[in-house]
Amino acid sequence: MQAEVIEFDSIKSGESVKAVYEHPWVVRFTHWVNAAALFVMAGSGLQIFRAFPSFGAKIPEKDLLNWPKAFAIGGWLGGGLQWHLTFMWIYIATGLLYLGYQIFRGHYRQVLFVPSDIRDVWPMARHYFLFGPKPPETQAYNPLQKLAYTSAIGLGVLSVLTGFAVWKPVQFSWLAWLMGGFHWARVWHFLVMWVILFFVLGHLIMVVLHGWNNFLSMLIGWKKNPDYLA
Amino acid sequence: MDERKFKKMNRRELLKLTPVVALGAFAIPPLRRPLLKAGLAFSDWASGKYFRTGHLATTFEDSELTPFEKFPINGYDVDDPGVIFENWTLTVSGAVQKPGEYTLARIQALPRTRQNTQHVCVEGWDVIGRFGGARLSEFLKLIGADPTARFVTVECADDYYESLDMATAMHPQTLMCYEMYDQPLTREHGAPVRLNVPTKIGYKQAKYLTNLKVTNVLERVGYWEDQGYSWFYGL
Repeated sequence: MQAEVIEFDSIKSGESVKAVYEHPWVVRFTHWVNAAALFVMAGSGLQIFRAFPSFGAKIPEKDLLNWPKAFAIGGWLGGGLQWHLTFMWIYIATGLLYLGYQIFRGHYRQVLFVPSDIRDVWPMARHYFLFGPKPPETQAYNPLQKLAYTSAIGLGVLSVLTGFAVWKPVQFSWLAWLMGGFHWARVWHFLVMWVILFFVLGHLIMVVLHGWNNFLSMLIGWKKNPDYLA
Repeated sequence: MDERKFKKMNRRELLKLTPVVALGAFAIPPLRRPLLKAGLAFSDWASGKYFRTGHLATTFEDSELTPFEKFPINGYDVDDPGVIFENWTLTVSGAVQKPGEYTLARIQALPRTRQNTQHVCVEGWDVIGRFGGARLSEFLKLIGADPTARFVTVECADDYYESLDMATAMHPQTLMCYEMYDQPLTREHGAPVRLNVPTKIGYKQAKYLTNLKVTNVLERVGYWEDQGYSWFYGL
């Protein structure tokens, strides 16, 4: 699906402005609901982790880290579980809606990282992290962005799969087995969360760096004068 | 198109996102409790629907067992409620043909099953233990339980109480456990009889059983459930 492009004249300057409908409603809606759900899942997950903050034996228990209660959601283990077992459905539903829409509408081409993107990752990374020259922008998402977002979707899927192995290690015994059993599934589930939070941190930094016009596009769908149309 | 129209369109697009605000209901205290309760109930309902009666929990080799002394003792109140073994009987009531008092000998006369299964605590830790006892399904047959009844509830010497859905109660790995590691159950682990339910989370495995009832109505759900934990909590 080709994103819709419109042109109009600015009232103030009279200059011609191009705008692209980058983010359809489903993408924006699932983005924000899923972001909220992710926040709750991480916060309540850490609350659950507080009940046994270890990946070793129960006897003797060696705690890995004592996550502060102030940065956890639910107040106690039972409360954390209530939030976690409620928002996981919202997290999964928005994830599926997003994936279904992207595939059904073909909109995924804008964001899916494909083998032909590989060679352009390094120049972009050099630009972002090592002050290298800025490669020309030819598409809505540059190859590095595609890599980041495609990985984030993969991590989202992994968070759900590891979560099911922790929640239902008997009914989903094949999943738990793939992960090395319940005990390891819990480790993976925890690690996947941190990688996702690391992605979110990078994502937020990039959002700040790219300014208001870019941020606005995730609210209204339209982006004015994107570089790749210049 | 002119800019005015574009701006109007932007506002419309922004307004289309207002359903997201519905999530704010979770921030309003009087709404939060029923919403989370509904979420938990939905999870329990889905768990019950997905539960497969013929699907067995993984069993483990003897070499994978957690040493007995490292099997945690988790009582909600006391480790030993002081059951007097000589006088102990299990009081059976409800939708059964043969209600009354059942001695340990009657339970032990049923075929014995031994299994090495994982015990997962709601806190997140897990151990592998060796459990021995009679299948609850065999005991339900012995007492002539109504197979169409929905629940089996138990009460314990330490005033703990629990309930199981009938599908789980009839599961072949659900035991009335009177042995751990091939030895008679110790007091701390729930002597003389406890539940061992490898398809359920730890707090469903009630210890020091005193009463068992087959019923269609849950008068009491479970000690931890009443504090806000999941009722079904099937693994």
